[in-house]
Amino acid sequence: MIHARGLARTFEGRGRGKAQEEVKAVAGVDIDLAEGEIVGFLGPNGAGKTTTLRMLTTLLKPTAGSATVAGFDVATQSQQVRRSIGYVSQSGSTSPEARAGEEVVDHGMLYGISQKQAESRGRELFEQLDLEGLWERKPQAMSGGQRRRLDTAMGLVHDPTLVFLDEPTTGLDPQARANLWTHISDLRTRRGATIFLTTHYLDEADALCDRILVIDHGSIVASDTPDALKRQVAGDLVSLVVADASKAAAAAELLGRIADTEVEVTGAQAGAAVSARVRGAGHEVAGLIRGLDAAGIDLESIEVRRPTLDDVFLDLTGRSLREQGA
Amino acid sequence: MFWRETYIVFRRQLRMALRNPAWVIIGLVQPILYLCLFGPLLEPLAGTLGAENAYTLFVPGLLVQLGLFGALFAGFGLIAEWRAGVIEAERVTPASRTALLLGRILRDVLQLFVQGLVLIGLAFLFGLTGSLPGMALGLVLTVLLGAACAAASNALALTTKSEDVMAPVINSVALPVLLLSGILLPMTIGPQWLQVVSDFMPTKYIVNAIRELFTGDFWTITTMWGVLWTLVLFAAGLWVGTRTFRRENA
Repeated sequence: MIHARGLARTFEGRGRGKAQEEVKAVAGVDIDLAEGEIVGFLGPNGAGKTTTLRMLTTLLKPTAGSATVAGFDVATQSQQVRRSIGYVSQSGSTSPEARAGEEVVDHGMLYGISQKQAESRGRELFEQLDLEGLWERKPQAMSGGQRRRLDTAMGLVHDPTLVFLDEPTTGLDPQARANLWTHISDLRTRRGATIFLTTHYLDEADALCDRILVIDHGSIVASDTPDALKRQVAGDLVSLVVADASKAAAAAELLGRIADTEVEVTGAQAGAAVSARVRGAGHEVAGLIRGLDAAGIDLESIEVRRPTLDDVFLDLTGRSLREQGA
Repeated sequence: MFWRETYIVFRRQLRMALRNPAWVIIGLVQPILYLCLFGPLLEPLAGTLGAENAYTLFVPGLLVQLGLFGALFAGFGLIAEWRAGVIEAERVTPASRTALLLGRILRDVLQLFVQGLVLIGLAFLFGLTGSLPGMALGLVLTVLLGAACAAASNALALTTKSEDVMAPVINSVALPVLLLSGILLPMTIGPQWLQVVSDFMPTKYIVNAIRELFTGDFWTITTMWGVLWTLVLFAAGLWVGTRTFRRENA
């Protein structure tokens, strides 16, 4: 559904003086999406997510590279691209004082479908997205979650086969997020839609996506399934807190036998923490505990943490995604 | 397709405007206030200004003022829409960019047309006399000027995307235009230097042309200049507007 090659966008810097500074927002990315895939586009703010999305949705012309979206070239066949895709932007799509249903119908009509079709399609979407009874409601009188679902209905009214969602759940409470996730995955099961969504929430990408693209500083730094990405991180994090700090070195030695990374020891006083990454910790940790027991090392606690996408991100970019997240 | 899209945008704009009572009331009250509160001041002066009827002199100026001011502020609504994401949502549809602009301008033009009708109709109660076809033509010129201003205002709104930037720009344009176009008082009563400055103001020729049209003088040099300037401004406004709307990333 999407094939992008070397897609790049540079903006003229607004710096004063003679030298025009060029800012590379997107520095040449390759993106491929197969039909029916749900792909997450992950990266901190300013990494180039929205710029890439705006190029793929014909809102912005690439300065280099090419892309076909739903079989059409974004540069030369923008009309056909627009007809085939749905776009749910992060900034909303309806006037606060308009009526929800009318906004959806007008939007559908701008795609060339008849008023009747747009209306029946709109009402069907309201039903599917739990917006029943809100047809006459003004968006300003809706909750954040309802407004996001209304934006989703706006983006789907013309029945697109490829849907772009730009940070669909930003600013929603956990319940509304989980609810929208259900609706997003329903899009595929019910309509066979292909979905490309940007997010800076790792749990969102983890819960929804078949595949994840990680973008940083305008380049794609990883592309794989969430599990495979997590496997790239060298194993699970095993952290021990040793009751007697003088035995921390001995504990570190034991952990080091099964560890795949350097063992880190922090805190020399009581309750020294010893941690390292261990591949397949679930299998190894029983032996470790027996060994610690035999050596007479008492533990205050032991924790085994599966790698999260945040660890992946830290691994790939050298910084945490959460620090950047809004 | 193009006209259908224009109509969809126009219908949406009009529907939202009509549901806003403030919009309807303020729009209608403005011309009435001018007629009631400023018109009487002009009545005793009409003779000295070289006019037989104060309202034949005054109403054309008011028409142009309505056209200029109402329409120049049209862009503020667009900024609000842009902020709500409406413009971007419309731009990902296959609809023509020009239709997105034109539908909005048509709403402003309709508002102006109705305001103009109210103004002229009401002025008859105050004692306006003159040529009816001339008044109709004057209203057409007003509407074309309003369309130009609305297009320019929308273009400015989409470029600046900020009320804080736009308000001073509009005000610094509108005030000299208002003062130098002879909208309230004809420039001919002013000193020479002021008349020379006002010669550079296209809207002065439009006001003068509408004044002559109101008295029934159709084929004069003054009306020709007025019509010419109206058409030039209309074409320029639409050109700037469509160019801005078609530009990517606007």
